[in-house]
Amino acid sequence: MVLLAFVAYAAYAAIANRDYYAAPYLSPFYSPCLSFHCGMVPGSHGVPHLGWLGTWWIVTPAVIILIFPLGFRMTCYYYRKAYYRSWWLAPPACAVAEPHRRYTGETRFPLLAQNAHRYFFYAALVFNVILTWDAVIAFDFRGSFGMGLGSLVLVINAVLLWLYSLSCHACRHAVGGRINHFSKHPVRYRMWTFVSRLNPYHGNFAWASLMWVALTDLYVRLVASGAIHDPRFF
Amino acid sequence: MSAEVRLRVWRGDATGGGLIDYTVGVNAGEVVLDVLHRVQATQAGDLAIRWNCKAGKCGSCSAEVNGRPRLLCMTRLSALPEDPITITPLRTFPVIRDLVTDVSASYEWALQVPSFAPPQNPEPGGYRMQQADVERSQEFRKCIECWLCQDVCHVIRDHEENKPGYAGPRYFIRHAELDMHPLDTRDRRGPLREEHGLGLCNITKCCTEVCPAGIKITDNGIIPMKERVADQRYDPLRRVSWPGRGGARRGGGPQRPARARP
Repeated sequence: MVLLAFVAYAAYAAIANRDYYAAPYLSPFYSPCLSFHCGMVPGSHGVPHLGWLGTWWIVTPAVIILIFPLGFRMTCYYYRKAYYRSWWLAPPACAVAEPHRRYTGETRFPLLAQNAHRYFFYAALVFNVILTWDAVIAFDFRGSFGMGLGSLVLVINAVLLWLYSLSCHACRHAVGGRINHFSKHPVRYRMWTFVSRLNPYHGNFAWASLMWVALTDLYVRLVASGAIHDPRFF
Repeated sequence: MSAEVRLRVWRGDATGGGLIDYTVGVNAGEVVLDVLHRVQATQAGDLAIRWNCKAGKCGSCSAEVNGRPRLLCMTRLSALPEDPITITPLRTFPVIRDLVTDVSASYEWALQVPSFAPPQNPEPGGYRMQQADVERSQEFRKCIECWLCQDVCHVIRDHEENKPGYAGPRYFIRHAELDMHPLDTRDRRGPLREEHGLGLCNITKCCTEVCPAGIKITDNGIIPMKERVADQRYDPLRRVSWPGRGGARRGGGPQRPARARP
């Protein structure tokens, strides 16, 4: 239900194509802003944009961005467990009979594509860097250092996304899981040990980061639309 | 006896059977196996149960209690909801009689897993290794072969047609145990994917939930092996950037020559 609610909200937020920037806060659904049209819609005035897509891209720029985090989460080993059980009923619960007559698991297309999880993980790391930068510039109030509630919201968003990404099974494999002689690779063994400590909480980080990223967008949306005022701490 | 408990025990054989009700005395702290033994001693002398150690170490007394795969000797009555308690044989395996099932298919799979293959003619001290090198494999050595993970796995529990091509969680961690061993020279990823059905597993973690030895079967065994298979089979960039190191050149063949892996 939570996953469905998130998908519905993300679809609305992406299609809305407005109210995603309230200086200095940029919604994570629209970061990085790739189109020249960023800043021309209501609630986006002054948004920093890269302009890589030029002027021809007229639909919401969030569509391109959301593909990668969505792909990362849809191929995530934790979410797979969750939606195979709750959406596909394979199985509905442990030792409860599933309704399907045939079962081929992840041996055929399209589920064979779950093996691309590591590529989405690499993309997620890039987005984490971008969203961390967004959290840093959320303390820049027209050239002077300051902090508002939005700055805190964006920092928590970046931290939760890093925790979710670094506790990922593909990350655990990449940093050291694929080697067998740990004693010959002490640095990679340390990294693997660190990720292994985070890994049991991957599901918790998955839900926390999912909900927080939606709340972050909602907060920026409400501030950008003028519905609420961002309280400044200093 | 301080109290009584109502049991519904499946009685029958390969031709069929049903649930029979028994009411039996129970003492504080007893487990399901205790009361089944009392039923056997006082009411149904021909009740068939497989058991041995009564300490959760031999893996013999596996059955399903209220529909959940468990060891009878490790299931305290006080931890179960109100009676009656329903006890049935493992659903994935053919029944021999009452609560005893034929688990020989699992032992046949054991023969299909290639054994440990250390390097030939190592240099003096070549078999020396650190604790860090073997501790991952040691977790899987805790397996008591109770077959609860095989029983709960929906791939074969609900799909008889998958049984010939699916080794199951117990043997996935056996593969993992050997593949992660620093001195094992065999490449297990090809057979694991092609013949033992690793791709059929959709990592819903029921095997981990029922494991009485507390082995993290999915997170530490199956998922790492899926990632190793992805290294070999589904990651074109690894083939380009690391030829010969976990990429295409490692794949396929039954045994790699002499040196231990990186």
